[in-house]
Amino acid sequence: MIRDITLGQYYPADSILHKLDPRVKLVATITFLVALFLINSWIGYLVATVFLVSVIRLSKVPFRFIVRGLKTIFIILLITLVFNLFLTPGDRVLVQIWKLKITDRGLHTAIFMAIRLIYLIIGSSLMTLTTTPNDLTDGLETLLGPLKKLHVPVHEVSMMMSIALRFIPILLEETDKIMKAQIARGADFEHGNLIQRAKNLVPLLVPLFISAFRRANDLAMAMEARCYRGGEGRTKMKPLIYTGKDYCAYGILLLFLAAIIAVRVLL
Amino acid sequence: MEERKEMITADKLAYNYIKYDEEGREKEKIRAVDGVSFEVEKGDFVAILGHNGSGKSTLAKHINALLTPSEGTLWVNGMDTSDEKNLWDVRQSAGMVFQNPDNQIIGTIVEEDVGFGPENMGVPTKEIWERVEESLKAVNMLKYRHHSPNKLSGGQKQRVAIAGVVAMHPKCIVLDEPTAMLDPNGRKEVIRAVRALNQVEEITVILITHYMEEVIYANKVLVMDDGKVVMQGTPREIFSQVETLKSYRLDVPQATLLAWELKQAGLDLPDGILTREELVEALCRLY
Amino acid sequence: MSIVLENVCYTYSPGTAYEIHALKNINLEIREGQFIGLIGHTGSGKSTLVQHLNGLVKATSGHIYFNGEDIYAQNYDMRRLRGKVGLVFQYPEHQLFEVDVLSDVCFGPKNQGLSREEAEKRAREALRMVGISEEYEKQSPFDLSGGQKRRVAIAGVLAMEPEVLILDEPTAGLDPKGRDEILDQISLLHKERGITVILVSHSMEDVAKYVERIIVMNQGEVMYDDVPREVFRHYKELERVGLAAPQVTYIMHTLKEKGFDVDEDATTIEEAKKTILEAFRKKGSTT
Repeated sequence: MIRDITLGQYYPADSILHKLDPRVKLVATITFLVALFLINSWIGYLVATVFLVSVIRLSKVPFRFIVRGLKTIFIILLITLVFNLFLTPGDRVLVQIWKLKITDRGLHTAIFMAIRLIYLIIGSSLMTLTTTPNDLTDGLETLLGPLKKLHVPVHEVSMMMSIALRFIPILLEETDKIMKAQIARGADFEHGNLIQRAKNLVPLLVPLFISAFRRANDLAMAMEARCYRGGEGRTKMKPLIYTGKDYCAYGILLLFLAAIIAVRVLL
Repeated sequence: MEERKEMITADKLAYNYIKYDEEGREKEKIRAVDGVSFEVEKGDFVAILGHNGSGKSTLAKHINALLTPSEGTLWVNGMDTSDEKNLWDVRQSAGMVFQNPDNQIIGTIVEEDVGFGPENMGVPTKEIWERVEESLKAVNMLKYRHHSPNKLSGGQKQRVAIAGVVAMHPKCIVLDEPTAMLDPNGRKEVIRAVRALNQVEEITVILITHYMEEVIYANKVLVMDDGKVVMQGTPREIFSQVETLKSYRLDVPQATLLAWELKQAGLDLPDGILTREELVEALCRLY
Repeated sequence: MSIVLENVCYTYSPGTAYEIHALKNINLEIREGQFIGLIGHTGSGKSTLVQHLNGLVKATSGHIYFNGEDIYAQNYDMRRLRGKVGLVFQYPEHQLFEVDVLSDVCFGPKNQGLSREEAEKRAREALRMVGISEEYEKQSPFDLSGGQKRRVAIAGVLAMEPEVLILDEPTAGLDPKGRDEILDQISLLHKERGITVILVSHSMEDVAKYVERIIVMNQGEVMYDDVPREVFRHYKELERVGLAAPQVTYIMHTLKEKGFDVDEDATTIEEAKKTILEAFRKKGSTT
């Protein structure tokens, strides 16, 4: 289960998408999400599909890997599908089971919503799959840079985010280990009512918190030992500089958005 | 001007941990380091031994100015570590590698982690890349530069941590039990990397360890007990005192122990045999 | 009373590209009262194997019988099994969570359904077994030293009165004396109480010194399963899979090559000392 979460996971590969400036990818993801909500016709989806499929191909991330990320939202997907399918009123009834009706519009909306949701997840996971968390936070830091003037601690927040991202897999592994160790001592995490179950989590949560604090302490010391003293006077190993391919990507993105709008307005 | 020979000089260095009670009053004072004086020369490989709680980690943190002495003075490359304005120069001259490889890697990609120190120091971008490449090469990890640290073995992670320090171009590296959490192969990799840095790059090394086999590569050994330096000498001098070491909760390498046992039983073996080759040779001479 | 493994296989993420065969057709019998050493490099499957023995991980195929009963049978009481087969994980002190030492050790027995008094009685007994005296009982486990925490955590498993005790690298990160103390205590438990002990270790010296049977794991398979001197006779094969033999083994083999009349299969310091002295004596009587 834990292994299946691809959202927020980086997939190392050597592709043009991996090499794009993270700012481009952030802007592109937002643009793509907005575009998805602008779409109201099959042709619009066709444009989005062509765009998405080409981006996936360019990213060199195996398709299977991307699909695996969808497993985690399967339940949400199913619920939306069922709700839209049965609860949308329409003119023509296609199937009727007891009091539940599937109408033509219901079917239409259900499929539209499902595709939208799937594309939404694929679109955003493509960004995290092709961008290292550090690049991502760097991109955010630069994009949000103007906020520094308003005394928003942009550097600190982005540093915190990238550290959190690095430690998520470590803490997940640790959770698994402590859980097993307590089960070996006869702990029961599966039975009992809600209150009992919550109480049973104490032997898991206390060691986990202690470990997280210990790690935080160690890490702070290690960072200080390596001369970390906040964002000031810091240089960057990978400074964000737009190159030809980034401008090119912005161009393509603009074309895509224009196409989506054109489809919506003209058809 | 003649260049200074000593890298680290400690003069009656002491450190007190103060424990407070609930109302913030001083409850207990623990003297973790108790009047320690020693000297480390440039290019030295110094091993520090001592049981858990003997004060060796506390001492190590002073060399990087993570702690400053409560009493006495510590000079690192001629700089007084108590002087606030030397802080960043001290940390850059004396890098530090810790025990848990997971808790000291900041970057999510190997090369980004190695670049973290130089970034903090304000090194220009182009030079950071050069430093990252040469540091990863120095610990033989260049081919993993694009990997995620989470996918590496313990020994590999620890070498990345070492590269992260090397990229800061330190004069000296302090390693606080870098091999304690590793398996035998990981330990070998790390020690090999550390020895190469000492011999090829001529970086002064201070290695804290519980593994006696790692100590034989040092040219100087300090033994700590109860916050004091109780023994100082070459590995041979230190390991010829098997019983004294045992009284400090320490051990000797297996070959040394066997030689000592045989000597107790009446064989005329020399003191302070360190390796199995030496032992075999000495036995052959007698046979 | 024994644990029998029959054709046990375990595969991670079967059917995907990430499929890993962690255990391949394991057949073993763990007989009552044995002191077994389990060795293998990181990733050889030894940790997965021990987690099968108390049902924490379920085999993909194959059977495990505890005292003749199939543990995968319907209605088999897994929690009772976990009380009978105690598993101490690596760095067990990371699982401590209670407000005081005694309550923490009581956690296991209380989960077994014992009354508070009974649990405390067992906890006290277990704490004495690992050498933690009464004065520590009401202390917070987090205020103890590293070695003491480790022992309290081991007591937490002992208090469940297991028939089989599995320890995954119980000495990792301890100083030499701390290592010896823990292993001596475990050895004593084995002798006095007749508990079956499985010791997972990276230290060939420790394994040679304490255990009567060694199981060597490599790439998910049992590579050797024999008494120490027989297993270490294959030191060259062990090296090929990233393991090694005790230092003593190498010394003995080199001595033998140099013409010494010694028993080259000696694996401990005591054995080596005896056979070397013997060789000198024989030599002395002929010349």
